[in-house]
Amino acid sequence: MTEPIINIDKVSKSFGAFEVLKELSFSVKPGEKLALIGPSGSGKTTILRILMTLETINGGHITVDGEQLWHKEENGKLVPADEKHLHRMREKIGMVFQLFNLFPHKTVLQNVMLAPVLVKGVSREEARTRAMELLDMVGMSEKADVRPAQLSGGQKQRVAIARALALQPKIMLFDEVTSALDPELVEEVLNVMRRLARETDMTMLLVTHEMSFAHDFADRVLFFDQGRIVEEGPPEKIFSDPQQERTQSFLRKIIAAGQRI
Amino acid sequence: MEWDWEFVFKILPGLGRGVLITIQATIIGTVIAMVVGLFFAILRRSTNRWISRPVGFFVDFVRGTPLLVQLYFLFYILPDIGILLPPLLAGVIGLGLHYGTYTAEVYRAGIDNVPRGQWEAAKAANLNAYQTWRHVIIPQAVPPMMPALANYFVAMFKETPLLAAITVLELMNEARSAANFYYRYLEPMTLVGVFFLVISVPSVVLLRWLEKRFGKVE
Repeated sequence: MTEPIINIDKVSKSFGAFEVLKELSFSVKPGEKLALIGPSGSGKTTILRILMTLETINGGHITVDGEQLWHKEENGKLVPADEKHLHRMREKIGMVFQLFNLFPHKTVLQNVMLAPVLVKGVSREEARTRAMELLDMVGMSEKADVRPAQLSGGQKQRVAIARALALQPKIMLFDEVTSALDPELVEEVLNVMRRLARETDMTMLLVTHEMSFAHDFADRVLFFDQGRIVEEGPPEKIFSDPQQERTQSFLRKIIAAGQRI
Repeated sequence: MEWDWEFVFKILPGLGRGVLITIQATIIGTVIAMVVGLFFAILRRSTNRWISRPVGFFVDFVRGTPLLVQLYFLFYILPDIGILLPPLLAGVIGLGLHYGTYTAEVYRAGIDNVPRGQWEAAKAANLNAYQTWRHVIIPQAVPPMMPALANYFVAMFKETPLLAAITVLELMNEARSAANFYYRYLEPMTLVGVFFLVISVPSVVLLRWLEKRFGKVE
């Protein structure tokens, strides 16, 4: 059995009095495509943000690629991670956001080139070539010299995916990447992600409300509710034959809202 | 009282020297205020209270006291503790620090206006703190603050006559000494007023343009 690339062990997180994650534990195998589903406020986005080091944890441990994420070992003891350690750990992880968060003052190409040049010290020429390849892959190379304001939401999100890929992370986190898109633009983003899932061996964690996409895309689905995983399993099982009452009622509501599963 | 052109030409060279000093003081003061203000704004945001609190206190202190008093401190009181500044240097430090506390507020507002998602994207891209400020935050924060900054610099320009109080030979001081020497105030003071008007009016036009160009954030 292979070592998990992500191991989450009894992680707790509170925002004030609100406990978002309650001793959450799960692990992810290298190359696995994982869909995190569940009602709003169930903690699925929070765990992604914690993995990207955008939020701290209040308890528990996380290992990523064999190393502690929020702690580091010092003289055989675990101490809280410093910025240097977090910086090194972030190299392994990339993230795509619900609201794209492209840099509006830079062109599409500059958005994709920026981090490789600054963080990895890649030459501008090399970064440009690689960025154009990535933009080509997401079908955005024709818009390389355009600023994000001139793009549609779907186009922005495809650029954001290219930007995250440019740092060649081992793990990609997708946080509701189609939630802010007009319905007719969702498919172009999902197509890019399908292709990514097919053609790379990257580990991918996906928080989504698109159940049919989660069904096609994921090797395994985790159903979150109130800061815990209520049920998990392969998509066929979760979507066709959910065992838990809460999973069943969640899926019933989704179907009632008009989504296909 | 009659306007005397001959007198005007007699005092013009002296006033010309004063104009150069006034412009010099404004430009150097502006540069200092821009840089100092940025540092104030960034330090004030520091999560380390031992940095943010004293800086915040200093900023409020400087803003709460008159520029003239600060100039006197810099020029007449600092020498008591062995710091002797030439008049113009003391003057531009005074102007720069004083207006730096105002520009710091402008920067702060501009920085706060950059959406949180930009900070998060920078972190996800693994930029360090310096790179985040340099390549992501400042380029987005500065353009919308241009009109407010320019406004303060025009205000600073009009306050340069205060430097006369610490013996800087800027326009006001030259005009005053000419007036005192010849006992004629009409021409020197009129010329000072005209000079400030000639610079201020176009700068108001420039301000309008800046507001149109940068005022709206996408």
